[in-house]
Amino acid sequence: MRVIGGTHPAGVACASPNVAGVFVIRALLPLCLLLTVASASAQVQRSRPEIPLTPAQERQYRALLPQLRCLVCQDESLSDSQAPLAGDLRYEVRGLVARGRSDVQVKRYLVQRYGDFVLFKPPFKPSTWLLWAGPFLIAAVALSTVAVYLRRRVRRPLPDAAVDPESLRRLLDQER
Amino acid sequence: MRRLAYLLPLAVLAGLVGLFAVGLHRDPSRVPSPLLDKPAPASTLPVLETSGQVVQPPDMKLSALRGQPLLVNFFASWCVACRDEHDFLLQLAREHSVRIVGIDYKDTDQAARRWLADNGDPYALVLADRLGDAGIDWGVYGVPETFVIDAAGVIRYKQIGPLTEADFRAHVAPLLGSG
Repeated sequence: MRVIGGTHPAGVACASPNVAGVFVIRALLPLCLLLTVASASAQVQRSRPEIPLTPAQERQYRALLPQLRCLVCQDESLSDSQAPLAGDLRYEVRGLVARGRSDVQVKRYLVQRYGDFVLFKPPFKPSTWLLWAGPFLIAAVALSTVAVYLRRRVRRPLPDAAVDPESLRRLLDQER
Repeated sequence: MRRLAYLLPLAVLAGLVGLFAVGLHRDPSRVPSPLLDKPAPASTLPVLETSGQVVQPPDMKLSALRGQPLLVNFFASWCVACRDEHDFLLQLAREHSVRIVGIDYKDTDQAARRWLADNGDPYALVLADRLGDAGIDWGVYGVPETFVIDAAGVIRYKQIGPLTEADFRAHVAPLLGSG
């Protein structure tokens, strides 16, 4: 994980959540915020015109943002992230919604540029079928293992309780 | 058969170890670009005039640069990591005559001109993406990022973060050599 030594802002600005876990993220959060703020102030702030939305579009926009991932702070959605890129992408999404694009069209627009990674919920396709089907496969294997085990235990013949008189006599003869 | 059943947990463990060995060495901050092997976005951007040159026309369509392979390098004067790769870019332009088009990402023209005057200018052409719109079309999520475009205008490679000599040798040089 190239976090501190990382040079691309994606690596510098935020810790990646997958590997070292929450503790590293906690530890790096102040650094992350600092760098985000620093690069935000270093970048030129240009004001863009506000994009007005109808109430229905506003609802669509608000519902879309949490489904989209910020590529800079990867565990944050576009609605949470303070990263400058997230602001740009929010503006882009707002513009698309204002032009009457559907949720599917907005997502396709972002996926074409940034890949499936921008979607918090990955699509079902050959490269992800294991991801989606995996838990069910594991559950199926586990359940069938348990089922086989239980059936075998039921079918196993019980030891014969009756003692063969012949062998008992032989045993007793030996004792004498 | 019974024996084999006892080996099953070991096999599962080996599988997991293999999965983690691959997974833990991947850098999740490097997101693979869906633009690879697709035509470069046809962004039209204003030309940033550097060192007194006056360029006509004032706007440039990137697709007009087809015909020979080139690097498209997103940079900015506010980007610290760009400084790290800058000397190597200068060396590429000077010694290997690699054609590099710079796209100045979310920056002021003035700051970029000063930055290039101070640090040297490796670019055959600098275009200004003042609001970062072209960056979005190219799937840029930070600077620096460098794209290798072949003669047909198709993106063949994307470098996320500074372009190092090792990366250049391994990924970029073969693409430029074959044209």
